[in-house]
Amino acid sequence: MDELTQRLLDRFQHGVPICATPYQAMADALNCSEADILLRLEQLQQLGALSRIGPVIEHSKAGSSSLVALAVPEQRIETVAEYINQLPEVNHNYLREHEYNLWFVLTGPSREHLDVVLQRIEQDTGLVPLDLPMLTPYRIDLGFSLFSNSQVPQ
Amino acid sequence: MTQALSASQTQQLLALLEQGLPLVSRPYQALADQIQVSEAQIIAKVKDWQEQGLFRRFGIVVKHRALGINANCMLVLDVPDDQVDEIGAQLAQAPGVNLCYRRPRRDNWNYNLFCMVHGRCREAVTEHVHQLLRQFDLTERPHHLLFSTRAFKQRGARYTMPEVNHG
Repeated sequence: MDELTQRLLDRFQHGVPICATPYQAMADALNCSEADILLRLEQLQQLGALSRIGPVIEHSKAGSSSLVALAVPEQRIETVAEYINQLPEVNHNYLREHEYNLWFVLTGPSREHLDVVLQRIEQDTGLVPLDLPMLTPYRIDLGFSLFSNSQVPQ
Repeated sequence: MTQALSASQTQQLLALLEQGLPLVSRPYQALADQIQVSEAQIIAKVKDWQEQGLFRRFGIVVKHRALGINANCMLVLDVPDDQVDEIGAQLAQAPGVNLCYRRPRRDNWNYNLFCMVHGRCREAVTEHVHQLLRQFDLTERPHHLLFSTRAFKQRGARYTMPEVNHG
């Protein structure tokens, strides 16, 4: 990964200007051309490293969300994970090392909507979801530096 | 003054934004063409949303695993309720902590403070988390490190889904 890609990722996980030509604005900030920026973003996309460019929505303003866990018996993991994946309300879905081993985030237009989805998950899987909505944010997702001055444990 | 978008155009715009800006020189023009409104209307609406605080951030959203960030640890802690704000604020400022939230306790779940720490390998992240626990005098508090071992799904949230059939 070249130096410009690293600077691009470290500088613009937040704060992309909202204007008619945002890639040009990013290029101006990084002293390169718009074509340089678009090329790096396309390369990241080809690598499978780019989810998207755009907003990360503040859940509390847009609707409702919750972190949910299920304690899934080992032999049912694949089936239950697949079932959870196909729910349109689910974005992240991870296997983690704990008795509660399947962890996913539910988002929807309202808390009532999530309650219905939680009930349905319980009915369809026979497993009782652990429903852990955020109470207080101390640090929200702003992206994090991956290269220069990175605090990622190496 | 730019003309305001209709309710359905607004929904369409949010749904398109959730999928990300197209990689073209005038991305908002491209969105405007799809919704059949003007580029200026789109930009005005997106700026409004930003000013109203609808966005936590607006930028590049990466898939960490593809960039070699393979270790993803959720540290959960059980700290006294009257100290959780203070401890949460400290951890939120600590290096390597990328998310830090208070969540409710449940009958069979006593942990009330959650932190995410990402890193290139499990050993480094484990060591880093233990160092944080020592630094903030938390080693004696009940805690658990939940590493993710598989990502089944990783994408942006969708708030604009069509109403699901709960039949």
